[in-house]
This record gives sequence, C-alpha cells and structure tokens, in this order.
Amino acid sequence: MTKIEQVTQQVSGIILGKQQQIRLALACLVARGHLLIEDVPGVGKTTLAHALAASLGLNFHRIQFTSDLLPADVLGVAVYNGDRSKFEFHPGPIFSQVVLADEINRATPKAQSALLEAMEEHQVTIEGETRRLPDPFFVIATQNPSHQIGTFPLPESQLDRFLMRIELGYPGPEAERALLRGENRRDLLERIQPCMQPAELLALQRESQQVHVSDALLDYVQALISHTRRSADYVSGLSPRAGLALAQAARAWALLDARKHVVPEDVQAVLPGVVGHRLSPTGVAREAAATSKDIAARLIASVAIP
Amino acid sequence: MAKTPAKPATTPAISLRNAVWLTVAFALVAAPHAARLPPWLVVLAGALCLWRVYLARTRLEMPARWLLIAIVAASGAAIFLHYRTLFGRDAGVALLVLMLSLKLLETRTQRDGMILAFIGYFLVITNFFYTQSIPTALYLLACVWFITAAMINLQHADEPKGLRGPLLTSAVMLAQSVPLMVVFFVLFPRVQGPLWGMPSDAFAGVTGLSDNMRPGTINKLVFSDEVALRAEFAGKIPLPNRLYWRGPVLPDFDGQTWTGSLGGLYNNIGMPRRGDPVRYTVTIEPHNRRWLFALDIPSIIPPRAAITGEYLLLSNTPVTSRMRYTVESQLEYAIGSDGANVMQRRALRLPPGYNRRTLALGRELRERHGGAPDVNEAITNAALALFREQKLEYTLEPPLLGRDSVDDFLFNTRQGFCEHFSSAFVVLMRAAGVPARVVTGYLGGEYNPLGNYLIVRQSDAHAWTEVWMEKRGWVRVDPTNSVSPARADGGLAAAIPEGAALQRGLFTSKNPLLHRLALTWDSVANGWNQTVLSYNLESQRALLYRAGLDGDALRTLAALLIGATVLVTAILALIALTHRKRSREPALAAYQQFCDKMAKAGIARGDAEGPLDFAARVATARPEFASAAHEITQLYVSLRYQGEQNNINKNNNLKQLQQHIQALPA
Repeated sequence: MTKIEQVTQQVSGIILGKQQQIRLALACLVARGHLLIEDVPGVGKTTLAHALAASLGLNFHRIQFTSDLLPADVLGVAVYNGDRSKFEFHPGPIFSQVVLADEINRATPKAQSALLEAMEEHQVTIEGETRRLPDPFFVIATQNPSHQIGTFPLPESQLDRFLMRIELGYPGPEAERALLRGENRRDLLERIQPCMQPAELLALQRESQQVHVSDALLDYVQALISHTRRSADYVSGLSPRAGLALAQAARAWALLDARKHVVPEDVQAVLPGVVGHRLSPTGVAREAAATSKDIAARLIASVAIP
Repeated sequence: MAKTPAKPATTPAISLRNAVWLTVAFALVAAPHAARLPPWLVVLAGALCLWRVYLARTRLEMPARWLLIAIVAASGAAIFLHYRTLFGRDAGVALLVLMLSLKLLETRTQRDGMILAFIGYFLVITNFFYTQSIPTALYLLACVWFITAAMINLQHADEPKGLRGPLLTSAVMLAQSVPLMVVFFVLFPRVQGPLWGMPSDAFAGVTGLSDNMRPGTINKLVFSDEVALRAEFAGKIPLPNRLYWRGPVLPDFDGQTWTGSLGGLYNNIGMPRRGDPVRYTVTIEPHNRRWLFALDIPSIIPPRAAITGEYLLLSNTPVTSRMRYTVESQLEYAIGSDGANVMQRRALRLPPGYNRRTLALGRELRERHGGAPDVNEAITNAALALFREQKLEYTLEPPLLGRDSVDDFLFNTRQGFCEHFSSAFVVLMRAAGVPARVVTGYLGGEYNPLGNYLIVRQSDAHAWTEVWMEKRGWVRVDPTNSVSPARADGGLAAAIPEGAALQRGLFTSKNPLLHRLALTWDSVANGWNQTVLSYNLESQRALLYRAGLDGDALRTLAALLIGATVLVTAILALIALTHRKRSREPALAAYQQFCDKMAKAGIARGDAEGPLDFAARVATARPEFASAAHEITQLYVSLRYQGEQNNINKNNNLKQLQQHIQALPA
C-alpha cells in the first residue's frame, strides 16, 4: 500500500462514506491547489481538514472568519518591542502548511482578499517585507451556501483561485449509522498518526507534474473547454486558468491511481471539483444542473471523447 | 440600446465583422435589382448600408425606432407613388429591398443576423423573377455561397477567422447539398406553370411582335439582339428565303394602323399535302401573347394550341414562359383557293379619303391589266414592277410620313422599311380590286452550327403580304424582297447600306472570332434552356417513363423522392461513419473496431465513456469478455495516452491490440 493510500484510508476512517471527496481533496493537494469545501454546517468540513493535515504530518492552523476579521488577523502583525527597540513581526495563522479558513464567506471582502492573495503568490508582504509561506502550503476554505444570512459571497475571480470546490453532503444511511455508533471524532483526530513526511508530499507533487498528458487527452480537454465557451448552457465559458487546473488535477488523480499517464476517466473524475464553481448554467440548464456533480455530468455527456 | 428590451444572453450582440459580412451579402444580392429599382431607392439602400457599416465601426448606437418608422413610412409612400401599388413583382421587390436595408439598422444580436441572412436567401429568389440565364444563376449561386459563409460566421462569433475559412466551409456545405439538389430537381413533382402565380406585372417590357402594325413598329424591333425563338429541324433546314415565320395576319387598315382579329379557332384545318412537310421543334421566348410562330404554313397543330382561319397558331394561354413545341409545315401550299369568302371581302376594304394618288394608280393598273387571263396575278406582277421602277429605297431610318402615308411613301419620300413596303403594296392591290393583306412575323434566322439550330431574333422581324389569286388562293408576295432581294437571302445586315445605324452587338459583329464566340454562348444558353429551364411535367414524365416508371406520376414521384432522400442520407451517413472508422490513428481505429464488436454483443460504448470505464462495464455485463476487454483497454490506453517516449514497444503493442481484437468473436 502506498503512503498516499494509507492517508486515504486513515481519513476515510474518520469521515465516513466520503471516499470520493477525500480522494478529490488529496488530488487537489497533490496538484498544489487550494480546496474550497462548500456545505451546510455540521457535515464534517473542519474534521476533514484536520484529518488531512494530521495524516500528512503537516502543521495546521485554523482561522475562523468572522465579519470583524482584519487582514492582520490572518497575515500577522509587527509589534514594537520596547526591550529591543524595534518592531518584531508576529506571524499570523497563515504561516502554516495547512490553513483552514473556516466559513470564509462570513468575512468582509477585505479580509478575504488578504488570504486569497497569499494563496496565489505563496508569499505575503507586510511592512514592505516579503515573507515566503511554508512549502507545502495548502488552504482549505469552507463556506456556507451563499443563500445563508450574513455571508459575503466570493466573486468569480476569487473562486477561480481554488483549484477545486467539493461538496461533502450528508452521509449515506449506513455511514451515518456507523458515525452515530462510533467514537467521538475529536478523540479519533487526536490519535491520528502521520502517514508521510512533508518532504514526501513535495516529492509526490513533483511527481504529479511528470504524469504524461498525451495529445489525445489534450484534445479531450480542449473539446470540453471549447464546448463550455460555445454552448448556450453556460453564462461564460471556462477560462484558460480553468483549463490548466483541469489538466493539473487530472494528473494528480492519475497519480493517485498509480498511473504515469492521464486517461479521460481522470479528467471526468476531477471535473465536478474543478468546474463546479467556475461554470454557472443559464436559464433552463440551471434547473437541470443544480449541483457541481450535475453540471459536470451534463458537460461530460455533451462532449464525445475524441 | 436603452430603448430596446434586454435580449436574453443566448443571443449575444452581433460583432463588427458579422455586421459587415451581412451588409456586404445584402449588397451583393440586391445589386442586380439596382438597374430595375427607382434611382432614389438605390441611393437610399446604399446609404443605409454604409450607415450600418459606419455604426458597426464606430460602435455608436443604432438609430431610434421612430426614425426607422419614419423612413419606412416615407419610402413606402414613395414606392406606392412610383408604382401606383404595393403589390406585384416590381413594387414587391422594391419594398423587400427597402425593408431589408432598414433591417440592417435593426440588426443588433446574432439572432437578428440569422433573420437577415434568411431574408437574404429570399431576396436571391426574387432575382429569378427577372431573368433565369446562366450568368444570373452563377451570380446568385455566388451570393448564396457568400450568405452561407456569413451565417457560418454568425455561428462562430467567438472565433475570429479570415475570409478563407468561412468561405471554404460554405463551399463544402454547398457541394454537399448538390446531390440532394439534383434529386429534388429531377424528382420533385413539377407543377404546371409556376408554383405560385407570377405577379401580373412580371411580363411588362418583353419585346416581340404586337397585334398591329403602323410605320415604325417593326423598325423598332430590328435594333434588338434578343432571341425570339430557336428552331431545331429534323431534316435539312430550308433555304433562307423560305423561312417565313408566320405571325399575326393584319387585314384591317384605318389609314394609319393595320390591325387584325383572331376570328374562329380550329383544332384542325384541311390541308392538302403537297410534297414533304418540314418537321421542326421551336423553343419560343416568352412574349406575353398567345401566338406561336411556325413556318408558312403549319400543317399540324401542337398540343394545347389551335389555329385560326388565317393559319396562325395560337397557344391556349399567353406565352409567359419559355415554351417548346413541335410542328410540321408545308412549304408548298395553297390556302383559301376555294372561291370567294368573307376574308377576301375583308381584304378589299380601304378607309375612304386616304391615299388618293395610290387609289388612282390602283384603278389605272386595273384598267391596264383587266383583260389578262389571271387578272390578279397580272396586276401583282405589274405592281411589283412599278415598285422597282419607283426606285424605292430600303432603309432602317425612314423619314416620317404624313396623313396619307402610302402616297407619301410611294411618291415623295421613297424610303421605307418592310412595313412601309407591305403597307403600300396592300393598299395598291386593294385599290386595284385585288384582295390582299399584311402578314407579320420573322424572316430567316441565323444557323448556329455548334448546336445545329436556327436562331431567330427580334431583329429578324418582318412584314410581308398575301395576295389572293384565282385557283392558287392566298399567295405570299414580299414587296420588300422585290426591291431589296438581299433581305430575304442574307438577312437584315446584308440588306441595309453600309454604315447604317445598326447596333453592333457581338452577334452582328463582323469579327469572325467574336461572332463564333457569340454563337458558342448562344448554344450553351440554349442547352441550359432546353435541359434545365424547360424541365416541366412532361419532360419529367418522359424521363421517368424512360427509366421504366409509369402510372400515377405523383405517387411515383413521391415514392422516388422519399426513396432517393433516404438513399442519399444513408450514403452520407455511411460516409460519415466509415470516415470516423478510418481514423488516422491506428490505435484509435483498432479500438473503434473493438467498440463495434462490443456493440454487436449488446454493450455499446457511449461517446463520452472513457476506455477504462467501458472495460469495467463490459466486465460486469459480459464476464466472458472481461479479460479480453481488460487486455485490449490496457494496450489501447498505453498506446493512446501513455506517450511515445514512455512506450518503447509501441509497434508491438499495436500489433497485439489488433490481434486481440481480431480474436474476439465478430
């Protein structure tokens, strides 16, 4: 069993019945992307983030986003130290390998953008000084469905910075029963043993870059993208960045499957996570495709594999 | 834009490129109408086109709706004033051009663009109301090509392409539609006459012989190079001086104008046969009258036609479209020889108080030759001799004549065209008590050796006379011929003096090369007329009959049409399918074979189903194929997705893949 499989297994023991989402989250991580989990409270978003960080042996910080959160609360602040007569930088919670941005859409756009810029650049600039963030650096943001009260929905441009968005959803009846019968999740989390070292994760990330993407597969990816641009079903088509994200995620997925090349199934598997938050269906299509899964299924069905 | 309701997002705004393409397409289609429309409308439409392009370039707002409505109202009224109606061919086309050029200024979204393109197609058809010649057809084909390209552009608003891309696609699409077009042309049930009634004004301005003659009527025609009819002879073509194409017979004279009436119509008229009849097929150009031309004298009557007592063939309906009929003529004939009748009395009447000198001359002739054995013949010969003595001159530009036109011509001006000669001769004959009448028609024609047929043009229009003689009946006498014999033998060009103002078109060109070119062109045009334009219900039936199909024509046609459509679709589908199979990528081609075999086994691969998923599905549905499907899929995936550098034994893998697939039961 490879180490990454061990991670999957361990996390699956805590988040029950969500194998697919856990794999997507791992693929997102391996593809050096950030993850957005959108769902109603209480389905295990935070637990998933915890379990992932612990299993991968990464240090972990949690930022609870609230409407009065300031950028300094995220990035850190320089405080004057009277003893040494100089300003000292106190790094914020963002300086960790895994950052859990909980309920990101409850904060004001100002605080949101502080986080999102750090995500994109992998560095923060405070008081004119640029500080690199640790490597690997991975943001898991959770958000409540935007129709809930007191939310600042992320604009499309910010959503685009998340490689994937996944929805956990309620567990199935069997998983739910096992959950109710089982131990407290907190206790389980505390007992988690890291399955791999950060260096190993970095190696895995590099390896994912080496996964081969053939011309035939690029044809397929292009066909998918150009379909979204031409079809009247979507308000706007997928951006080139979305295309890059799709290829990157598919590579990571292939690697999780222990393959050295990408097949169309990989693209289809990551499609819900990658395009769900980037495509908004128009009119009639909106009703037919309410969730990411539906949007992806519709897109897959309308493009033939070349 | 604020005034228009927001369009749904599915019809995005039209781009500059598309706006320009559509405007150019419209201008191309409307261009042939320019000569037929009132000049102000041409200027207006052109200005509107330019305005649209200007707006597209500057991205300014479209004109307000009230302004457009004002333009519509004003120009609509102007069109009504110009044509005195809003219906019919000319006013209809004018309105269509106006509306379409205004629609340009309303074209905001891609959807509007599509509408414009479709109206453009309709405007293409209206050009055929005026002419259906080969150049027109070619030009309009080019227009259709361009409009289709503009539509292709509309569909790909986001992909900027050069001129070539859309035009090429459009050409391919048109080429693909050719088989269907041919099938529909040949098999679509032909309707007698046009599918919908042609507007009543559609035939205004067609040239041809009229039902009366006054000095100048025929003269007007000789400047026209237009074809009146073409004739193909079954045997040898008769000599030029016997090619008298009989048209309206005009026995009545009021001092200025010769007129006739049709009288009774017969389906059969007694004709004693003398010698061999000449058999030929005439293709007559539309002239909006009922008469059909035949050589003197027609002895059989074509279908859907009748003959008058004056041996003029009459179609049952006016000849408003090109018509083809086969007739026989008796060049040696005797008509009306059976004693006196009403026609002879009618052929003696003269208006009182006109042409006194001619009347006197007639009386003198009668006195001098009254005692001859055949009085009428003697007087005719004497009159012809008199015409020659008078030194009458044959000219295309005769001087104007006074009230006593015949006196004026015979004794003063002495210059005239065939109508002057025939008119004067008949009046003189009647003055001498000899029944005579004017016959109009065409004389001669030009032989086209390329198509082996005779071309008779409007410039061959002619008027001659018929004189009634004892025993021989109505005898053709051509007074023009006695003065200028070259007219009958060598055609008009030979008869008129050098330098006369005859229009020098290609046909009359003295340059042999140009002349030959003109003849070639006419032969091509004739072929087009015969095969494409005159393909009617009868030719369709004949064609089907030759193909061994008979019976209820419509039902047969419908069945054939459906059958042919299915066949064509099937062939195209087959081509599309086999084309997909014969993919350039051998691994893909082999895999396609595998999928086909699986489909036959009841498991069809979806277009969007990945190979691994498919293999898994095969394994669950048909476990007996599981291992083979697994092997094949592994090989296929490695060939197609693994990449060359990672797959060292590529050829080997391909061979294995093909072997595995061969091994599968078909």
